[in-house]
Amino acid sequence: MRFESPQTTKDAVALLAGAKGKGRVLAGGTDLLVQMKSGMAAPDVIVDIKRIPAMKSIKAEKDGMRVGAAVASAEMAEHAALAKGWPGVVEAADLIGSTQIQGRATLAGNLCNGSPAADSVPAMAAIGAKARVVGPKKRRDVLVEKIVTGPGKISLAKDELIESILLPKRPPRSGDAYLRFIPRTEMDIAVAGAAVSLTLDTKGVCTDARVIIGAVGPRIIDVKDGAKALIGTKVDKAALKAMEAACSAAATPIDDKRGTKEFRKHVVGVLARRAGQIALKRAKGSK
Amino acid sequence: MSQIHVSTTINGDQAEFLCDADETLLDVLRDRLGLTGSKEGCGTGDCGACSVTVDGRLVCSCLMLGAEAEGREIGTIEGLANGDELHPLQTKFLEHAALQCGICTPGFLVAAKSLLEHNPKPTETEVRYWLAGNLCRCTGYDKIVRAVMDAAKEMRKA
Amino acid sequence: MSLQTETETKRSFNQIGTRPVRPDGIDKVTGRARFGADMEMPGMLHGLVLRSPHPHAKVKSIDISRAAKLAGVKAIVTRDDFKMPKDKDLVDICANIMARDKVLYDGHAVAAVAATTKAIAREALKRIKVEYEILPHVTDVDEAMKPGAPILHKGMRTGGMDTKPRKDSNVVKRYKFGHGDVEKGFKQADIVIERSFKTAATHQGYIEPHACLASIGPDGQGDLWVCTQGHYMVRNVCAGLLGLDVSQLRVTASEIGGGFGGKTTVFIEPLALALSRKANRPVKMVMSRDEVFRATGPTSSTSMDVKIGATKDGRITAAHAELRFQGGAFAGSPVSMGAMTAFACYDLKNVQSIGYDVVTNRPKQAAYRAPGAPMAAFAVESVIDELASKLGMDGLEFRILNAAGEGTKSSYGPTFGPIGLKTTLEKAKSHAHNKAKLGKNQGRGIACGFWFNFAGNTCVSLNLQLDGTIALSVGTPDIGGSRASMSLMAAEELGVPYDKVRTIVADTASLGYNDVTDGSRTTFAAGLATIEAARDAIGKMCGRAAKVWGIPADAVKWENGYAKPAGPNAGAFKPMSMAEIAAIAHKTGGPIAGHYEINADGAGVSFATHIVDSEVDPETGRVTILRYTVLQDAGKAIHPDYVEGQYQGGAVQGIGWAINEEYIYGEDGRLQNAGFLDYRIPVASDLPMIDTVILEIPNPGHPYGVRGVGETSIVPPLAAIANSVSNAAGVRLTELPMSPPKVLKAIGEHNRA
Repeated sequence: MRFESPQTTKDAVALLAGAKGKGRVLAGGTDLLVQMKSGMAAPDVIVDIKRIPAMKSIKAEKDGMRVGAAVASAEMAEHAALAKGWPGVVEAADLIGSTQIQGRATLAGNLCNGSPAADSVPAMAAIGAKARVVGPKKRRDVLVEKIVTGPGKISLAKDELIESILLPKRPPRSGDAYLRFIPRTEMDIAVAGAAVSLTLDTKGVCTDARVIIGAVGPRIIDVKDGAKALIGTKVDKAALKAMEAACSAAATPIDDKRGTKEFRKHVVGVLARRAGQIALKRAKGSK
Repeated sequence: MSQIHVSTTINGDQAEFLCDADETLLDVLRDRLGLTGSKEGCGTGDCGACSVTVDGRLVCSCLMLGAEAEGREIGTIEGLANGDELHPLQTKFLEHAALQCGICTPGFLVAAKSLLEHNPKPTETEVRYWLAGNLCRCTGYDKIVRAVMDAAKEMRKA
Repeated sequence: MSLQTETETKRSFNQIGTRPVRPDGIDKVTGRARFGADMEMPGMLHGLVLRSPHPHAKVKSIDISRAAKLAGVKAIVTRDDFKMPKDKDLVDICANIMARDKVLYDGHAVAAVAATTKAIAREALKRIKVEYEILPHVTDVDEAMKPGAPILHKGMRTGGMDTKPRKDSNVVKRYKFGHGDVEKGFKQADIVIERSFKTAATHQGYIEPHACLASIGPDGQGDLWVCTQGHYMVRNVCAGLLGLDVSQLRVTASEIGGGFGGKTTVFIEPLALALSRKANRPVKMVMSRDEVFRATGPTSSTSMDVKIGATKDGRITAAHAELRFQGGAFAGSPVSMGAMTAFACYDLKNVQSIGYDVVTNRPKQAAYRAPGAPMAAFAVESVIDELASKLGMDGLEFRILNAAGEGTKSSYGPTFGPIGLKTTLEKAKSHAHNKAKLGKNQGRGIACGFWFNFAGNTCVSLNLQLDGTIALSVGTPDIGGSRASMSLMAAEELGVPYDKVRTIVADTASLGYNDVTDGSRTTFAAGLATIEAARDAIGKMCGRAAKVWGIPADAVKWENGYAKPAGPNAGAFKPMSMAEIAAIAHKTGGPIAGHYEINADGAGVSFATHIVDSEVDPETGRVTILRYTVLQDAGKAIHPDYVEGQYQGGAVQGIGWAINEEYIYGEDGRLQNAGFLDYRIPVASDLPMIDTVILEIPNPGHPYGVRGVGETSIVPPLAAIANSVSNAAGVRLTELPMSPPKVLKAIGEHNRA
């Protein structure tokens, strides 16, 4: 096993491409080190990306805010503009683990771990976040929901990595929110999660919405019927109730140590409704 | 497996060590540098007993590789007191009997110090959430929370 | 201030009841304190264990040849390295620390390796080939009792039955306690409630994994450094398993990072010694958290039926319980103690409790804080709560009406002396918490609990040093501040300041045998021995002063740290301080020390009442604990901080047990949540402050009135929280943990009904 800490994205890609066996990107390491400890992962080369400047910065761009792949979620929470503009994503990232985990865990890592229960992924997908994927020959911008293909599986090639994630600029009168259910108040993996993003017109009518649920299927689920239930309404009780029902109907969970099918189907709807209420409040409060 | 040479700063002192690529910072601290104040309760980032700071940021040293420490500034429990002068948190933990067995205490102190650096006047709820990644099985957290609140008050006076 | 102490004792103390800083405090806040894994030795090897992935299988062969060839591997041990001991008490321990013909649970040890590095040891484990023949398994207690269940132990026949069983069974033994005529009692009842309950297995969850460092030579002389609640026990058991003379093995107890009963037996210690002996080098072994969950001693999971009858005016006429506890792969679940404690809070004419000890394919249970009692109390106090509410009575009133008091013949046999149950109930009734208003979806629960407390073998030495200060050696590991309590008791008795006494936990060569720190016995028994050792030293010091003064020894008295003439007739001599007596000890007969050895009795039972408020989210089933108050009899609180700490810690472990903690086994019989991520112990943000009220009804069996406090505090919470959640949710919860899916399901079924 080798440990490398390249200074540029190009070098990082070259290390991955040149790895004899499996290469693994080390961002926060909060999943990778656990997998290594349990013997689930034994990479031939570990590529630490934290010394690559482009991966450690949060930068405002014309189209939105670009968050480097090695930016820890604690750094996101401390970034005032980010927290104000994309509260749903920041609060979702803020839910991942303890204060200690916050000091290391990253959006890109949460995404590339491929867990169906990743907290930040529904929140990112709800606002149309895009991952910048870099390979030896080209770079491509990919919608976050296209990255994960199944539990623990991602669409990146062996020699590709994520350099940054773009959180697109929010239209006026937009709000987003993410809620998850865990048995304790902290430290657990989501039993179910729901992200809602919506945009209102000047009269308070919902013109656009996205509802994404997590931990209730092999990957996140884009609940189109849930979004439809909100669009064209003032996001009143009835609309939220319809969105809740759509989420419960769309969920395809399993029974496991963290919850039952029945429980997850029900609770994911409750969470979506509650997240919808928060997103609405935020949309009304934003200019 | 050839070992990696790492130069770093620990509690303000220069330190150098050799480690394996897959060796955690916690293992390096405990097995190579004799700094056994950081404890391993789980090895998976779920208990906080191995809490240290890296460039001022609170992390679990069991979830960081030793090789990552190159050029960083590491803070451990061994650096909390200033010579024979205890940190106010240490004094308050003793006064409030905020420990029973004491295995989680180093992690709590490092985490609490980091809290008070970020937030000198935390509410009880803020203390509880900041410390949620530090497990204590003996105290039920009551006396720990009281000690941290009291230390914060004391430090604001100073 | 919510932390209060109410005392009924008359004796006044100078230092007992104060709150000085503990002697091991600085070490523990600076990281200097040395726990199990913090020790190393020159030439030390690292030991690791290969564990069974199967819950039940024959071990057909173990091939270590490829592992043995690996450079850096210095020793490998398997079942062939352990002879079955002749001592009956060690047979199960031997088969538990290293599987013999069968593995009996996921995590059962099959081999251990010592190598120069951890990485080599890990690699060596991968190279050991074990051939298994997989057998059907059973992990549920009710399933294990059914005819046709997979049998763990050939030849195991149920003991304690009326007729001799003719078939092998997983039921080890039936226990029966009680008195009166239960059938007749139920006929006298106006109302009878009968319910069934289940509780999941939980783990003590100490944060420090088991760890030890063994060093033993071919001559059989050895040293062992280990985190344990009882190093004398470790010495005796390891010597037995390895065929050593007890005197040749010296065991030193490290600082211990939590135990709660889970460190009252051995797991890796004999393996480390066996590896060390074979390699002739020191061997360090440290369990991973995964191993702690899979292969140490969680408590029982249970299935219970409770039936209680009462008259309209609230008098209980009869009570019956049948408890079924699985205790893992070997005999010895705490069901007998569950059955003994089940109804101990009540003054009953007709009572019977029956317990079945059952084996299953799970790790052998170890003690967990008041073993057996919390589950039994959960079942009984739930029915008591329901009875009170059906009778239209206040739960506290109903309990007070039926509470055991001095002179009550207890349900398990003995007649109670002075006890504090009614006081805890009365104080609960008048406590502000009991009168506070509740909001929507909130409920309040109450429960009481009982624990015996133990005393046992204890041996203490107190040495007067040259400068008149005191070195006190005890043999009971300090798991929660007991060194501070011992120093306080010695200082009180001798009349010197607390900081003139230094208490240490001595190794096994330095003192006679001491029982394990368990049964809430240490402050009682080691405290009693400390007081008596101090009195022994006082007698000697008075004798030395008498010698100097040339008067009879009985003409000298001891007062506030000074030897003084007992009265005017004894003569006028200037009182002698301890320092003065110590300074001339070499001229008056040599060094001065006090000793005391006893197999103590008279521990004094203790009771508690808990009040808890909770809120249930009716849409998700999530339970939040809003407020918690513990009222418990301590007899006498030596160091109130650590008494409160025991109350708070017990209550919070109970909260975890009630709401979230559980061993989850898959269909394949493997443990699915062997880590702190999914074995969910309470975190700081889950909890409110835990208010405590220390009541002091002195125990006549202790010079200062001490009763044990460590265990009683975990007895009421499961029931108190279940009662609170049931009140909040509007439906009775009978299964622990009351995890969100279960609560939501119960609410749903109730709403549909």
